[in-house]
Amino acid sequence: MAALSDQLLVIAIMSYVAAMVGHAAEYAFGQRSHVGRAAAPAVVPEPALVGAGGPPAVEPVLPSSFDPPPPAPDKARYAGWFAVAATVIAALVHLGTLVTRGLAAHRMPWGNMYEFVLSVTFVGITAWLVVLSRKHTIRHLGLFVALAMVLLLGVAGMVLYVDVAPLVPALKSTWFVVHVSAAVLSSGIFLLGFVPAAMFLIRSGYDRGKRSFPYSLGARVPAADALDRLTFRLHAFAFPIWTFGALIAGPIWAEAAWGRYWGWDPKEVWAFISWIVYAGYLHARATPSVKRTTATWIAVVGWLTMLMNLFGVNIFFTGLHSYGGL
Amino acid sequence: MTVVEEKPAPAPARRPNAAWALLRNSWRQLTSMRTALILLFLLAIAAIPGSVLPQRGVDAQNVDGYYAEHPTLAPILERLGAFEVFASPWFSAIYLLLFTSLIGCIIPRLRDHFRAMRMAPPAVPARLDRLPQHAVLTGTPDADAIAAVLRKRRWRVAVRGDTVSAEKGHLKETGNLLFHLALLAVLFGVAIGSWYGWHGNRLLVAGPDNAFCNTLQQYDESGLGARVDASDLPRFCLELTDFQAKFLATGQPESFRATARVDGGAPRSFSVNSPLRLDGANVYLLGHGYAPVIKYTDRYGRSQTTTAPFLSVDGMLTSEGVAAFPDANVDPKTGARDSKLQVAFEGLYLPTAPDTAPYTRSLFPAERSPALLLFAYRGNLGMDAGIPNSVYKLDQRQVTSGRLARIGDGKLLRVGEKWTLDDGTSVEFLGTKQYATLSVRYDPGEKPVLASAAVGLLGLMLSLTGRRRRVFFRVTTGRSTLVEAGGLPRTDYAGFAEEFAQLVKDVEDRDSEGPVNGRTV
Ligand code: HEM
Repeated sequence: MAALSDQLLVIAIMSYVAAMVGHAAEYAFGQRSHVGRAAAPAVVPEPALVGAGGPPAVEPVLPSSFDPPPPAPDKARYAGWFAVAATVIAALVHLGTLVTRGLAAHRMPWGNMYEFVLSVTFVGITAWLVVLSRKHTIRHLGLFVALAMVLLLGVAGMVLYVDVAPLVPALKSTWFVVHVSAAVLSSGIFLLGFVPAAMFLIRSGYDRGKRSFPYSLGARVPAADALDRLTFRLHAFAFPIWTFGALIAGPIWAEAAWGRYWGWDPKEVWAFISWIVYAGYLHARATPSVKRTTATWIAVVGWLTMLMNLFGVNIFFTGLHSYGGL
Repeated sequence: MTVVEEKPAPAPARRPNAAWALLRNSWRQLTSMRTALILLFLLAIAAIPGSVLPQRGVDAQNVDGYYAEHPTLAPILERLGAFEVFASPWFSAIYLLLFTSLIGCIIPRLRDHFRAMRMAPPAVPARLDRLPQHAVLTGTPDADAIAAVLRKRRWRVAVRGDTVSAEKGHLKETGNLLFHLALLAVLFGVAIGSWYGWHGNRLLVAGPDNAFCNTLQQYDESGLGARVDASDLPRFCLELTDFQAKFLATGQPESFRATARVDGGAPRSFSVNSPLRLDGANVYLLGHGYAPVIKYTDRYGRSQTTTAPFLSVDGMLTSEGVAAFPDANVDPKTGARDSKLQVAFEGLYLPTAPDTAPYTRSLFPAERSPALLLFAYRGNLGMDAGIPNSVYKLDQRQVTSGRLARIGDGKLLRVGEKWTLDDGTSVEFLGTKQYATLSVRYDPGEKPVLASAAVGLLGLMLSLTGRRRRVFFRVTTGRSTLVEAGGLPRTDYAGFAEEFAQLVKDVEDRDSEGPVNGRTV
């Protein structure tokens, strides 16, 4: 069962890679892409450009006879939907990885860092699919979601991997299950929230006329306003769950296991830092005099602290939470 | 989602007073949202060194280790409070300022909110078609019928002639205030815990001879809150009667269970995650290990037995420790003690020793094949020097200065084996006892903190999910009756259009049912 789980992980990663390729193909050959536009006989005016009034992203390139004939722009949509299908398959296989892992260990699959990252990323991809099913227009962000999945799962499989083992006694507690499931859920959503946050920054930079590399992506993503709202919704949804999981259920369990509900162990310090930073984001977003881009940068900082929490703390520091299996 | 940040400047003071103006300005600055943001950020940044540098409150030994590694840097960091970040003046300053800002922020908002809740919804605006939502109703319900539908849906309603104003969503602000007040309550609960709480840690060997009582002297390490006196500790005595550890084949621990007798009562068992909850204190199981029982027979033929807890150095419970016999070789006739003839054994205990040398690491944490590797020392143990030293290690100063010398090579003893030293004295390994490391704690702040956190979470959810919105209806009676409705979301609320449409429909449905008190769905 454990070996099956390991194989499923490889398949999941490969499916995410396939999704990435699909999204990239759509991106490259889509109607509104530079390549697609350059190749298409009639150039469709870029609505975003008209609104922003900035210079065009690239000098119009005339199709030369040396270029291979690009696929018809409409076909690019199929690439996009292929990518979504691959993501769904990847997510199912991902779930299979978790289930088989849990069956092999006879417990919930979040007893060490490897399993924790597997679970967090699964929550992230599920949240992504839910949001996508409601709002098809954000499909273009899928490239970054799939990329993040490949990277996170790759790191999990190669760096964090540990053999299946039952929980150590300190982790056998109902509150531990509550604590970790809430932490997994909220971390997953926070991690996902980074995607629209980063896209918002890119898009609003693009709207202000920036055309250098990351901003050039802005031509292909949804309107800044929608991204900002999505960013806020995801964070506002995850924040209370994080509050409950990391700052309430965690301490309840810590009281029973270690005799104190809060002890500034490195993991606790970083959970606190993330919480404060995300509270800062919510404040900044609610304050009219703070620019939306500034607020969103705070969300990005929050995401960095989450990464520190997920990986950094277990790698750099030792503490009571270092049963993580590294 | 919108907040009025700064109130318009009040009318100029009658008598300009520079100090007063400065004070008032600083207060306004401190309680602005921008300052709150900056302080939140500072708090997050200030917490970082608390995870990077070893903290005395978390593990004092790591701080000592840091001193050894960075002898010049450590004292500087010490002066900056970097080893006790969360008790340092600068960290405290940040959160105290933040909480002051919070109070200064909450009080006016509480006042405004109370006022807003008592006030009737505002009058209907002149042009309803200018509002984000607008509809002309089919049918001609009158103002009272409209108000009835709205009231049923828990809107706050004001009927003014032929107009109806309604508003909903005050819970958002209520929740927000509750959340911020709960933060204050959490801080207060934490303060109570640190004033009136206490704790003591102790290594307790199993058996009635090793029982201990709850007094400060009997703890290896302890801490009292600022308002607690040593005499305030409740009286009870604790005896560890049994300790069971189960391990998997890999050596990973599966379960621990300790059994203890409190004040000679019936044995009660407790484990990791399920502490022994006593009246006024809880006993937590933090760790365990083995204490070899060692008997030494000196040159006068007198035997002494000591139970020396050894500290584990790895997951297989390879354990190190010292058995010291400072009273060995005292001449029974004269009572004269020869400080050059004190004896101590430094040892390595292996609960499952390998069959062949080297005997350096245990193979399994349970006692499958226990063996004790001993190194004998004779000379002055340095215990009278008045310098406290660890009971788990020999005083290395005595060894390097030659006052304490090692005798021969190490010797591996199985249970019951005896080793005769060069001077005819002997040492015997009688067996082991289990010990548990316990933490005894009392924190009266726990319950207030938990209750406040729960209230805070509730408030947070109300605040984040709540939406303030207003709807207005106007019945215009002229040649024909026209009923118009308008809606205004006051916070970011994507679903408002649907809610508004549904509300208009409900009013129309109710109207078509006639003025009977039929239920609207
Ligand atoms: C002790 C540190 C603080 C924390 C952890 C904190 C946390 C939060 C959080 C998580 C929210 C989001 C809830 C929501 O959006 O409705 C919020 C909202 C708010 N906070 Fe704080 N806060 C703190 C201090 C302050 C201070 C000092 C002020 C006053 C200057 C303040 C004023 C507000 C206001 C006005 C809102 C409502 C924003 C809105 O309209 O949504 N907070 N706070």
